[in-house]
Amino acid sequence: MTAAPGSSTRAKPPRPNDAPRGNAALKRVAFGVGGVLLLVALWELYKAVGPAEGVVVGDLTILPRTTDLAMPHVWDMITRLFGETGSGRNAVPVWSAVLEASVFTLGVAAVGWVVGVVVGMLLAVLMQRFRTAESAVLPWIILSQTVPLIAIAPLVRRWGSQLEFGDFTWENWMSVAVIASYLAFFPVSIGALRGLNSPDANHVELFRSYGIGWWKTLIRLRLPASVPYLLPALRLAAANAVIGTVVAEVSIGLRGGIGRMIIEYAQQASGDPAKTWAPIFGAIAVGLVAAGFIALLGVLLRRYRRGEVPA
Amino acid sequence: MSDAPAASAAVEVVGVDKIFVGKKKATVTALENIDLTVAPGEFVSLIGPSGCGKSTLLRLIADLDAPTTGAITVFGKTARQARIDQEYGIAFQQAGLLPWRTVAGNIELPLELHGVAGPARKARSAELLALVGLSDFAESYPDQLSGGMQQRVAIARSLAESPRLLLMDEPFGALDEMTRERMQTELVRITAETGAAVVFVTHSIPEAVYLSNRVVVMSPRPGRIRDILTVSLGSAAERTDQLRENEAFFENVSRVRELLHGEAPVGIRGVETR
Repeated sequence: MTAAPGSSTRAKPPRPNDAPRGNAALKRVAFGVGGVLLLVALWELYKAVGPAEGVVVGDLTILPRTTDLAMPHVWDMITRLFGETGSGRNAVPVWSAVLEASVFTLGVAAVGWVVGVVVGMLLAVLMQRFRTAESAVLPWIILSQTVPLIAIAPLVRRWGSQLEFGDFTWENWMSVAVIASYLAFFPVSIGALRGLNSPDANHVELFRSYGIGWWKTLIRLRLPASVPYLLPALRLAAANAVIGTVVAEVSIGLRGGIGRMIIEYAQQASGDPAKTWAPIFGAIAVGLVAAGFIALLGVLLRRYRRGEVPA
Repeated sequence: MSDAPAASAAVEVVGVDKIFVGKKKATVTALENIDLTVAPGEFVSLIGPSGCGKSTLLRLIADLDAPTTGAITVFGKTARQARIDQEYGIAFQQAGLLPWRTVAGNIELPLELHGVAGPARKARSAELLALVGLSDFAESYPDQLSGGMQQRVAIARSLAESPRLLLMDEPFGALDEMTRERMQTELVRITAETGAAVVFVTHSIPEAVYLSNRVVVMSPRPGRIRDILTVSLGSAAERTDQLRENEAFFENVSRVRELLHGEAPVGIRGVETR
């Protein structure tokens, strides 16, 4: 994240990059669109010139097959989005089914993200406060990320199903959210810890000279100072939460989301190869929305990003 | 040394040692047997080569660190109590402004943290901004200011709660010579207006002489007070830029230099020839 969108109205000496900002934004959009078009062009180019059976060296396929089954045309994928999901009575347009699944997945990912951010922040604050907590907890936090998602999914589900109090019953989507948060908390705890420790000795001593305690120093100095470190961490957490949700949907077998849809449509791939891509586009859309939300957060917090450190 | 009674002294340091214990129990004696009294309204500079403990002494007075032995009182209170009671304002070599706060917001920071109401804060910051000549920049952010302007904001912030004592650790150390001289002139004026006592750490001899009533010359390893020189260059009103060309000024500069080097100087610029 290099350029902070949004304009500063109160700046007295105009910032040097004020004038070409509109232009720069346009340029960035153009580059973004260009990148996508380039990808499409590469795809179609390879499909047109590549050998139908792929490039095989020995027994190893190093470039994929270019048949319609393996690499449908981009326009087929897009057209398929507007076709029906099936031939049955309940058939709806594919895009609407994908949209529904995307919203579902986004919702679960959002819950996972929030839980992950809260847990990550609490861990970071704990580690900032107590040196011993940092030495004791940090290795476990790092170790936690080496456990494969597939391994913990059934465990979370089993533990969750044993939880019962009052009217509350554990549901499968909660297991998925927990797994998403398991991936999301990691970058937050690491980024926030760096951020909370980022104020200069100068600033910390200034607060000490004011006779301000740890808690108020946390709120007034360490948290605002951590924002430039926190935003990239939050973005990573959002991406992790989306990936975690999609994968956990598959491993837990939760219906209704993108993850399950990817599997379902992949099973129809031999007859309907373009359809497989629809939920993948959905997953990308979910990721984009999540990233957009973080960008918005960055705009809202732009005051705290003055003199931003290169993350 | 000042004859002021202990109760009314701005700072009283008695028999202070500071020993840092490093890795493998290696000890470094940063300060040894320091006695110093600063009278209210007095401007005292601490000068000496790197490692002489001048910054350490300032930090002890500010209660950012505790002496190994000896006692420090600030306006008759312990250093800790004085810190809690906000008896001093402090400025460091780095301006140390919070980048997410406006200039006015930075000056109001200590007031805000201590629960002063909004309108009173506004009034005080406006007053201080006028004092340091930055009224037009109240709503600017620190990154929009030059180093000298940032340092002026830091000084305004250190004055926010009208302390009777200012502790300054090389506040002009990072500034260019011209800005530095202008800031010195301003500091003389500001301290005269506020009547605050100042303990000022510097490694610049002319700066110490120009600003101070007394210059404390320190020597390193272990940090000791070698001598204390009383500079009599007149009241704040008389200490204008012309003073820098004055013979008495150069005489004092050369005396401080002699004390620093611990021997008679050879061919000090501007002394014998004038």
